[in-house]
Amino acid sequence: MAYKRNVDRLPIIPAGAKEHNVTCHYCIVGCGYKAYTWPLKKQGTVDSNWLGVDLTQQQGAETEAWYAPSMYNIVKQNGQDVHLVIKPDVNCVVNSGLGSVRGARMAENRRSDITGTQQQRLTEPMVWRYGTWQPTSWDDALDLVARVTARVIDKDNEDDLYVSMFDHGGSAGGYENTWGTGKLYFGSMKVKHCRIHNRPAYNSEVHSTRDMGVDELNYAYEDYQNTDTIMLVGTNPMECQTNLFLNHMVKGMQNGARVIVVDPRRTVTVDSCEQVAGAENVLHLAIASGSDLALFNTLFTYIADQGWVDADFIANSTFQGEVAVAEDAAHPAALGSFEAARAAVKMTLAEGAAITGLTEAQLMQAAEWIAKPKDDGSRRKTVTGYEKGIIWGNDNYRVIGALVNIGLATGNIGREGGGVCRLGGHQEGYFRPSDAHVGRPAPYIDQLLNAGGGKVHHIWANDHYKTTLNAAEFKRVYNRRSNMVKEAMDARAGATREELVDAIVGAINAGGIFSVCVDIIHSQIGQAAHVILPAVESGEMNLTSMNGERRLRLVEKYMDAPGSAQPDCIIAARMANHLERVLREEGRTEYADQFKGYDWQTEEDAFMDGYNTGNPEVTYERLRAAGNNGVQEPVKGFENGALVGTKRLYEDGVFTRHGREDGKALFCMGNWRGLQAPGKSQQQANHRFLINNGRANLNWQNWFLDQKNDFVMDRLPVPFIQIHPDDMRDLGLKPGDMVEVFNDVGATQALAYPEPTARKNETFMIFGAPNGAQGNVINAGTNELILPNYKQTWANIRKISDATPAATRVSYKSWEVAL
Amino acid sequence: MKCNRLVDTGRRQFLRGGVLGAVGAAAATVLPAGQAQAQQARAMLDYPSSRLANIADLVVDQPMDIGYPDADSPGILLKLGVAVEGGAGPDGDIVAYSVLCPHKGFLMSYHAADKTLNCPGHFSRFDCEKGGQQVWGHATQNLPQFGLRIDDKGDIYAESADELIYGRLSNVLA
Repeated sequence: MAYKRNVDRLPIIPAGAKEHNVTCHYCIVGCGYKAYTWPLKKQGTVDSNWLGVDLTQQQGAETEAWYAPSMYNIVKQNGQDVHLVIKPDVNCVVNSGLGSVRGARMAENRRSDITGTQQQRLTEPMVWRYGTWQPTSWDDALDLVARVTARVIDKDNEDDLYVSMFDHGGSAGGYENTWGTGKLYFGSMKVKHCRIHNRPAYNSEVHSTRDMGVDELNYAYEDYQNTDTIMLVGTNPMECQTNLFLNHMVKGMQNGARVIVVDPRRTVTVDSCEQVAGAENVLHLAIASGSDLALFNTLFTYIADQGWVDADFIANSTFQGEVAVAEDAAHPAALGSFEAARAAVKMTLAEGAAITGLTEAQLMQAAEWIAKPKDDGSRRKTVTGYEKGIIWGNDNYRVIGALVNIGLATGNIGREGGGVCRLGGHQEGYFRPSDAHVGRPAPYIDQLLNAGGGKVHHIWANDHYKTTLNAAEFKRVYNRRSNMVKEAMDARAGATREELVDAIVGAINAGGIFSVCVDIIHSQIGQAAHVILPAVESGEMNLTSMNGERRLRLVEKYMDAPGSAQPDCIIAARMANHLERVLREEGRTEYADQFKGYDWQTEEDAFMDGYNTGNPEVTYERLRAAGNNGVQEPVKGFENGALVGTKRLYEDGVFTRHGREDGKALFCMGNWRGLQAPGKSQQQANHRFLINNGRANLNWQNWFLDQKNDFVMDRLPVPFIQIHPDDMRDLGLKPGDMVEVFNDVGATQALAYPEPTARKNETFMIFGAPNGAQGNVINAGTNELILPNYKQTWANIRKISDATPAATRVSYKSWEVAL
Repeated sequence: MKCNRLVDTGRRQFLRGGVLGAVGAAAATVLPAGQAQAQQARAMLDYPSSRLANIADLVVDQPMDIGYPDADSPGILLKLGVAVEGGAGPDGDIVAYSVLCPHKGFLMSYHAADKTLNCPGHFSRFDCEKGGQQVWGHATQNLPQFGLRIDDKGDIYAESADELIYGRLSNVLA
């Protein structure tokens, strides 16, 4: 039996309940929600309530006057228990009242002492003491962090401090928090050995499009509604950007747009597009895994040969000449003019078909849908969205460059109904001092850690154990190195602080690592930590982010932090305060002075210290007034009481992301070169199954809150791997059986889920799960700029267990709707 | 888009405000004695006991439209043909569900080939053999299932629901 809450009525929001603007803190789409709070001992009635509607009546579909039990909780606000309802905002242009299976659980996924939800949230700082973690004060925990850290850093010598820090918006990210950590590590210090939350280096995931002059978020979501063709590459928006799909792409299809989906597997997105647009208007290019570059170079060649290009746009807005940027260690392909790219990447239909596994007819049809002028001679509008399928796929730099080539050649960037954009994971919220000192290629941090690099490791909401590649090796090494420090600390139980710090430094000089983990829960890598610092999330603080169309909103704080948890920006400030104090005590005055400037008391102080200095028009007050529709960045001014934004970038045909003064976009000259990352071809040759991998709509990212959400864990108690039924028969598998996925780098486990639309020998496994880390079987191979290659992974599969009782209870039916 | 005709009919009636026009006789509501007074004092919601049908009326995989807990809450009564956990009746295969999608309240249709309820609004689907578990979709709860009692004569009564029904903040309206 499926999990049921057995909630058969909910408290009614009273008239006069407090209303807060909320942007969903999960995916990049950033749906608008409203949080309502009201005193615990008050309630609305069926005829006197927040909407003034008659609740004795059944409400119709899409009503504003209903909320699910998952949208309700009881939380603390200013120390008092209050009712909380967080429900989709019908007036937000992003989602128009739609909630996703993630965002519509925000309230339920808040920590509550009353209802018992999310008791896993960290409430107090903890330090490793007496063989386990003991709660303590902020001052005590931060003193230890500062004293140990100060022993391994010095002015202009900070290479032994390794930092893993999120750079995203939403969730616990946002402009406030990226500035807090950014100012500490890139302002006060110049930390070089750092990485970002989801990848093993501090780098862009989309270097090539930026080098070509094209920011990766250049359109408006409404461009999906006003276009002729929607091209989706390595992305599954029905699951991963749900309300972008439902509220914008669906409307585009209803307005007559066709859809091209490039994906080796038939995703729910393909099925949904067929439902909406009709199968005749959907072209699913199920390419051979990793052959995207051959596909795009073939399409580019064919489109150019047919003359279906925007000659005026090419002449006026793109570089004229040959090579503008040569291929080198920082540029995995040369960049230059349209004609230079044509010559460099030329591929015939026959060559493209052979590599991709598609037919020449499919290739021609795709080219026609993208670029063939209409019968009246007018140009075709095509909008392109891409994401991890190519970002974390073969030959990242060249593939993204090749896709942007098509957008530039057809004049589909900076125009209504156009854009070539990544669809994104998290929202964005990046404001930091320059990272130029990190270098390019950036250091491969996880491999350096594996090799014994680093002495102190500050981790800000990263969980390498669940979300890195080569994860099995990483865990082995990190457990060993952090245990060396734990053992040293245990051996000095009862020692003074000075003696303890000496013991820790002794252990790290012997190859150990001192690990400080800032997070909202006790993460898996946090099991190795020596100091754990509790952070808050969006809604427990005021937090600003922008979504996938650069729409900036302020989430208004609607509840208290759990325990003494703090915003990351404030934690960073207090860490800086303690470092300054310790360095001054040690007589390192000049270095201590670098840690001045952190007298922030609130997240708004951090916002004004950071983002506002670059965007002086933008204040909390103005963002509050802008509500859930906010303003699209860049903000150009403040007129008539409202912030003035930018609907889409490059409408003037001037491209600037690369920093070129001429404003001309560049084409990418990267030709096809097979599986680029080390070890991939060999792995493919030696293992039967492609282990394609990615997200599903139900589980947010690495499941950090969902792992304690009964509705989610009831559906799939362990990560699934979708396998063709014939392959399951070969392997002796029944639905729900536990399998081991194993290859040359590691092993992991998953629950076998039959998927008749899968191609034989091609599986799909969900990423980031707490009890089956898919990264265990991803080899260490990256591209030249240290972008991981998750998608091209091969392994063998064996059964290790019959279905567990939990796995037996769940449904193994098709995900495709049958109407 | 192809729709299940039976449910489609039900939907139009639902949108007019009276799904029970077609099945009112089968779903006549019987209020327990003293219910109005009990509602004032007891902690749990009191559900009506409503006769939905007789076992003899049911045909495998042909869902019968019902309204429960009242006429404005459309559902189906269904004989699956295979015993399931939570199934009622001598064969353990009779179940009843709300057919309002808990995501946005669209009326769902039954797909007999894999015994699922499917939403035309945003393509969520629910497994009638697994207690209404959402197979895939946007709803943040599984499908409300109605608790059934079958008397000696084979009359089937609905007597409870296990999730909040879309469009009402109390399953039993005031």
